[in-house]
Amino acid sequence: MHIAWIAARRLLMFIAVVWVASSLNFFVPRLAPGNPIENKMMAQVEYGGSSVDVQSLVKAYNAKFGLDKPLLSQYLAYMHDILHFDLGYSITDYPTRVTTIILHALPWTIGLLFSTTLLAFFLGTLLGALSVWRGAPRIFAGSVPLLMVMSAVPFYLFGLILIYIFATVLQWLPLGGGMGIRDDPSLSLGFALEILRHSILPAASILLASIGIWTLSMRGMMVTVQGEDYMTYAEALGLTGRRRFVQYGLRNAILPQITLLALSLGYVLSGSILVELVFGYPGIGQQLFRAIQNQDYFVIYGIVLALICALAIAMLLADLINPLLDPRIRHGGRIA
Amino acid sequence: MVRALRRNPSFIFGLVLIVGLIAFAVIGRVFAGWNDAFPLSAPPSMPPDGEWIFGTDADGRDLFAVIVYGTLLTLKIGVIAGCLGLGIGTTLAFIAAYHGGWLDAVMRVAVDVLLTIPTLLVLVVIASVIHRSVNTTTIGIIIALLAWREPARQIRSQVLVMREAQYVKLAILNGASAVRIIFLEMMPNLLPFLGANLVVAISQAVLASIGLEALGLGSPSEPTLGQTIYWMMNESAFMLGLWWWIIEPIAILIILFVGLFLLTAGLDEIANPRLRRAEA
Repeated sequence: MHIAWIAARRLLMFIAVVWVASSLNFFVPRLAPGNPIENKMMAQVEYGGSSVDVQSLVKAYNAKFGLDKPLLSQYLAYMHDILHFDLGYSITDYPTRVTTIILHALPWTIGLLFSTTLLAFFLGTLLGALSVWRGAPRIFAGSVPLLMVMSAVPFYLFGLILIYIFATVLQWLPLGGGMGIRDDPSLSLGFALEILRHSILPAASILLASIGIWTLSMRGMMVTVQGEDYMTYAEALGLTGRRRFVQYGLRNAILPQITLLALSLGYVLSGSILVELVFGYPGIGQQLFRAIQNQDYFVIYGIVLALICALAIAMLLADLINPLLDPRIRHGGRIA
Repeated sequence: MVRALRRNPSFIFGLVLIVGLIAFAVIGRVFAGWNDAFPLSAPPSMPPDGEWIFGTDADGRDLFAVIVYGTLLTLKIGVIAGCLGLGIGTTLAFIAAYHGGWLDAVMRVAVDVLLTIPTLLVLVVIASVIHRSVNTTTIGIIIALLAWREPARQIRSQVLVMREAQYVKLAILNGASAVRIIFLEMMPNLLPFLGANLVVAISQAVLASIGLEALGLGSPSEPTLGQTIYWMMNESAFMLGLWWWIIEPIAILIILFVGLFLLTAGLDEIANPRLRRAEA
């Protein structure tokens, strides 16, 4: 198959994922008994006080999605909004836009997730490769079963234990949050250190539980690669152990890892939502929790859709980059 | 059989953990009343001692009762979602693999697309609109709505492989009906495979359920393990330093997850003889 055809199919997959996710957000509340969205908005109007202007939200909502409109025209109006990145307003925090809430929380989540995922990928891959490499210290092989078992336990359970040990008992690190209450966001070294100090525990709990995923798969690949003829050839050439390990072993075994990186992102993402919750880290997960507590449906749907899209984009990129890293595909332009 | 099991330590160790956990909960029920798992049944924030062996939480629940009933309720969610998911998945897998053609193609694409979407996020959307009337049974059913995807994919490919096997071809030549082939020829060979899939599905369902409960979408009237973690996090167990309230549900969940993980690894070894260890 030609590479362009594969890319096109992959792109169609991506569009299907986004379509399914947004349709889910449209249909689920409409299938639910007793129209929860309208109930919530009515409750918010009755709440009165400062939120009187919620009535304009209700008016705007009824103009588009009122019960007098046929379902199809509601659906088309909804899809039109989604395609224009319009996720509506927060019900409890009107007139804050959902996109504003997401954009404020996103840097925290991306920062935490991006750094921990990369770190776990490198550490886990290296550990997995070393655990079966002849001549590597025994300790690498010994740590594998422990890491595998740890990867079976959800991230945030480790997080809770870490909080208890390091924040409650030892009081070395803060209980939670993204920065101290009295800290002013600024571009100073002190502030950066404060952010770092608050991210140590959340990052550690994601790392502890996710290194095992990479270790396990890299281990399997490395076993296969070690049996290949080119490894024997490299040994016959008299290349040093390090050169054989990096250029002949690692480079060949690492390709499936990148596919796995794409596949595991969803798992890591769900896990990190709960890690944020556990640590009160001010990212998307925390906002999702607040929205659920307030029954702020538009924020819930907006966050869910944004996360699914972000994930789908990441997976699409990983899948498109993968062939570029594989010299067999890059030079041939074809897959056998 | 015994020799095969002796060479499969992860299966045995996993089985011991899971059976031990269930035995603890079932026997514990004799000593703990259902009402003790609710607020104001005991003095609040008592550390473990002779009378309250697991201590009590800040609302005055006897944590021994909470852990005993919570373990059973959490397992109930897992088993409901796991069995339903495996049942639906297996049925779809057989229909797709047998019918082939467009039906098979549609299902393959649907499963691929749905597997891209993180389970927890979909469950949040569904649970948030009905969470006023949710209980452990409905949570199990909601989770089952997505739990069929992986069994469907795995079993479909297994059925496709088996359809080419000699014994199935022979049965077809003998004029056996599809039902006969599925239940008498294929199912017995699928059993260890179905077992491994069931354990994975249960483990995923428990994972999803405590995720939902930690986000505040659980059933507030049933003391599951996830609900206990939700209460513990939101009623500042950390500030109060109530270590027993923090450690106990986490320890039970770790035993549960590690046990299910080892059981899966063991069943994989049985289902896939190539993974079996060489005889020592």
